[in-house]
Amino acid sequence: MDIQTKVGDGGWSKGKIALAVVGAILLVFLPVVLQGFVAMSFLVRILAVVGIYVMLALGLNIVVGYAGLLDLGYIAFYAMGAYSAAVVGNLFVKAVSHIGAVGLREFLTSSTFIFMLPVAALIAALTGISLGTPVLRLRGDYLAIVTLGFGELIRILATNNFLGLTNGAMGMSINVPNPVGLVAMQKPVINIPAVGFSFQFSVNLYWYYVVVLLICFTIFIVRRLDNSRLGRSWVAMREDEVAAASVGVNIRTAKLWAFALGALWGGLAGVVFANFQGFITPDSFSFLESVFVVSMVVLGGMGSIPGVIIGAALIGGLPAIIQGVAQSPMLASVFHIDAPTASAIANYRYLLFGLLMVVMMAWRPQGILPSKRRARELHPEDEKTLEEEDQSLWAVEHGIDGSGHDL
Amino acid sequence: MAIVEATNATMQFGGLKAVNDVSIHIDEGEIVALIGPNGAGKTTMFNMLTGIYKPTSGVLAFNGVSVAGKKPHQICKMGIARTFQNIRLFANMTTLENVMMGRHTRSTAGPWQAILRGPGFKREEQRTTDEAAKWLRFVGLIGQANELAKNLPYGQQRRLEIARALATEPKLLLLDEPAAGMNTRESADLTKLVGRIRKTGVTVLLIEHDMKVVMDIADRIYVLDFGELIAEGKPVEIQRNPKVIEAYLGKGAEAMLAQQA
Repeated sequence: MDIQTKVGDGGWSKGKIALAVVGAILLVFLPVVLQGFVAMSFLVRILAVVGIYVMLALGLNIVVGYAGLLDLGYIAFYAMGAYSAAVVGNLFVKAVSHIGAVGLREFLTSSTFIFMLPVAALIAALTGISLGTPVLRLRGDYLAIVTLGFGELIRILATNNFLGLTNGAMGMSINVPNPVGLVAMQKPVINIPAVGFSFQFSVNLYWYYVVVLLICFTIFIVRRLDNSRLGRSWVAMREDEVAAASVGVNIRTAKLWAFALGALWGGLAGVVFANFQGFITPDSFSFLESVFVVSMVVLGGMGSIPGVIIGAALIGGLPAIIQGVAQSPMLASVFHIDAPTASAIANYRYLLFGLLMVVMMAWRPQGILPSKRRARELHPEDEKTLEEEDQSLWAVEHGIDGSGHDL
Repeated sequence: MAIVEATNATMQFGGLKAVNDVSIHIDEGEIVALIGPNGAGKTTMFNMLTGIYKPTSGVLAFNGVSVAGKKPHQICKMGIARTFQNIRLFANMTTLENVMMGRHTRSTAGPWQAILRGPGFKREEQRTTDEAAKWLRFVGLIGQANELAKNLPYGQQRRLEIARALATEPKLLLLDEPAAGMNTRESADLTKLVGRIRKTGVTVLLIEHDMKVVMDIADRIYVLDFGELIAEGKPVEIQRNPKVIEAYLGKGAEAMLAQQA
């Protein structure tokens, strides 16, 4: 009797589906509600920023979580994406400005960021490979130090106006006045004066939705990669490099793929960041940012997509939310916070946040939602088969090989 | 026909010759044991054969092709699989996934196929799962398929490592102390397992300290001491070889054993 070996997709229970539906509705409509109330509209911007962090964390999760390569300079790829979007994007806009047809010209100009996504992703991925190649032999602490150096290197090149491209410490702006479709979306205005709700589509909301779409795309791809031959070989390499090589994993290729794909998502996040901010300086790509992204992955749970998202939401969002809430006039009146206290809380937000990190790591070092290795599982047809299988196991152990395994 | 042919293989670490001028050959279908006291260079031989070390001098040929300078994954693809002295499983992967990893060289899907999930990808994944299940059944671990490898008891971890190695479809299987830490019954089961592995057409070279296991299953034995080959022969010959007795028990032991007999 053979047990059925099925390639399982994990399966969706009713509870999971319900949760996903509620989550999706919240993702789409919560920002609309927030945008509608003046006192809370600052949260939309924070959500977009958090979304960018989620993308970064999901990308780094490939490198750190799956492949187990500690990368302390991940922000370099984010910088590559952002600067590529700025430099190549501005060139693109300049080139397009020679087009005579006004409609086409405006369309191309306003959708520059969409064209820049693949370009910057490719540039970032190539950067990832060029970092990955020389450090293939390194592991653990040594790799971490090299990547740390690399992260600083990119930032310093940007600060020193490398090849006259980056405009140095002054930073550079991205000349895309209105991203595609925004003007049309801003036309309808919804007013419900009774509750003080007044909604008009905003730039922040626009980038929030772009980020959410990109995150969905990222999760889709990363899940498929994780649950494949390459994903398994990453995990195997993380668990034991020697053993992985002994079963045929080309460590070189597996590491390069991890670096390239991780970098690619760093680059994508960089493009969105540059366009969202409209202005980038090397300060945005400091070592501290790399540390934040690593913390998101570790705090959330290495190798776990939901964990990493929660980690990014907490680390990316909490300080901003603490600051925003403390200084929001409406909430201040609710909680009776006076202005000096509010600014004190805002100033100490990283202290609170650091304390939270210490407590979390002491209390739950595996992360908030640790990854569950389930990937593929055998699904015995029913309990009876399982029993029979146990019998044949017993038979194997005792050499009573009744099942005719003449392998 | 010799599947393994080592000619004057030498591995030097600084001033130490871990393996010194060793020549061995293994014929297809044989079970050969490599024995010797600790530090004799047995595992070094394994590491040279599997590409972890590159021999300082001499030739190690597998099916007539030199393995020197080849990477471990290339050697795995050529058809040599191994287990490790101190078990090296993928601790946080399931038992099934561990064996699926063994199919790595026998499958091809890259990132693109993984993202697109075409019919070819699905077929290959199904085959990987089926093959892994087959080998889990072979070593009697199918009931533990969904357990994490780190949660298995010691004896089962040993068997899982063997299943993972077999899943690579090797022609030669290297077992590094498979019976280490096993009780009498477990090592008797292991002996049977190795016998069944031979029936699948796989040649086996094993390092083992448990002499009962060695004498029961080995067709031939090579004895290493301080990196040098000191004896070669059938189990009965090795048992009586004075050099081997000296290496294991010290000078004069032979006379004592003779007196006792």
